[in-house]
Amino acid sequence: MQLALFFIFGTLAVAGALNLLLQRHPINSALSLVVVMMSLAVLYWSLGAEFLAAAQVIVYSGAIMVLFVFVIMLLNAGEEEETHGSRAAYTVGIPGATAIFCLLSFVFLSERHALGSANIGGYLNRGVDNIAEVSAMLFTKLLLPFEVTSILILVAILGAVVLARKEQ
Amino acid sequence: MTHLTNFEVFLLLSVLKVAVVLVITLMCVAYTVLLERKLLGHMQNRWGPSRVGPFGLLQPLVDGAKLFLKEDLMPLAVERPLFLAAPVIALGCALISVAVVPFGAVTTVKGVDMFQIANVNIGLLVILGITSIGVYGIALSGWSSNNKYSLLGSLRSTAQVISYELALGLSLVGVVLRAQSLNLRAIVESQSAHGALSWNIFGGCQFVAFFIYLMAAYAETNRSPFDLPEAETELVAGYHTEYSSMKFAMFFMAEYANMITVGCVATLLFFGGATSPFGHLIPAVGGRYVQAILPVFWFVAKVFGFLALYIWVRATLPRFRYDQLMSFGWKFLLPLAMVNILVTSLVLALRG
Repeated sequence: MQLALFFIFGTLAVAGALNLLLQRHPINSALSLVVVMMSLAVLYWSLGAEFLAAAQVIVYSGAIMVLFVFVIMLLNAGEEEETHGSRAAYTVGIPGATAIFCLLSFVFLSERHALGSANIGGYLNRGVDNIAEVSAMLFTKLLLPFEVTSILILVAILGAVVLARKEQ
Repeated sequence: MTHLTNFEVFLLLSVLKVAVVLVITLMCVAYTVLLERKLLGHMQNRWGPSRVGPFGLLQPLVDGAKLFLKEDLMPLAVERPLFLAAPVIALGCALISVAVVPFGAVTTVKGVDMFQIANVNIGLLVILGITSIGVYGIALSGWSSNNKYSLLGSLRSTAQVISYELALGLSLVGVVLRAQSLNLRAIVESQSAHGALSWNIFGGCQFVAFFIYLMAAYAETNRSPFDLPEAETELVAGYHTEYSSMKFAMFFMAEYANMITVGCVATLLFFGGATSPFGHLIPAVGGRYVQAILPVFWFVAKVFGFLALYIWVRATLPRFRYDQLMSFGWKFLLPLAMVNILVTSLVLALRG
């Protein structure tokens, strides 16, 4: 059951990501990204990270992507024209991407023993309520990074207010 | 049922639960429409629907048949797939959230809790998440209709829902702090000690949070006095201008299903869910079955009260202006919600 969930939503995530690249209309691409986010949330949940799954849905698909869609609607962005791309993209991009892919797979395959192996599915059989653990970790061990991130977001909000303020 | 394995029993009972809850919710949606028309009518000194059946009780069935039989118009310039998907998203999201609502006391049959479809640890977050996904239905319907009134309506609605989602989420933090859990059953359990006195709104002193939740929820469901997205005088019918027949009915049902969900959540978080307001003052009369049904009765009565409040507010208050709406949400409700969190956590820290 959990294995089936993993395969269904893993495939959905990959398909959504491909669709995001292939669609020509920005709103369709944005919606494909929503599908990717939701599938990732289901995968998190199947790993037992239920709080992370909920946060993923609420923050990414519910807030950030809605803003994306909102802006696309507001600007009424039309369909993109397909260009043939620059020559550099073909001459450098494809060999480069292939080289990085080969390098990464070589590293992963050769260091297989050091990385260990992962189980697919089965994490929910002994499911625990881990919200308390997550918050305890966040407010004790990781307090400094947490607070620094909060200040970073606060600075971003203040910056947005300064930029949006009208000139007197 | 001895020849069935545990899993098969669980599966069958779950499917049964889902089917029954879905049918009951849809019936409630239909009759909430009738309730609204009746109550509004009486508040405006007229009868409301009274022709079909006794007291107009069969009106929802006739309305449903009418909507089914109407011509399904599809304008030529619409973005077809999204135009079709939008009402499905809206109605789907509105109905899914009922899945985590516990509408009765814990009553197990063969190890399956009969009065809640799914008991999830993060039930409250699931409801918030599904609500935030529901925005897509409105946003996409307006955009794909290729109509300026639809687009303006859906832009307004999206902005409004995003703005009030923050106040809504923050207003619930006080309740979660008191219950120390996001599980809806645990939240109800935390208020069940002394009947109405231990409900979050009275004993928990969360009336400020309740006020914020109520305001934000009215805005989230696009109901009066925050029904700017479908302000007829300015925007024809807002985001569903181009929709007809069943596709319009799906938006209509989504709105009322959302009202019911909001009523359920308010009941669970602030009014003790399915617990009795008298606590243990009333002796447990009747047999096992009466004791199982009684909490459901209390729950339904509380939700009904919220629906009546919704309709009363609609009949009473005029519509907000758009800038009033935004400044009310951002400059009043949001800071108030934060102050409520601070005070609640201070009191809890000093007591504990």
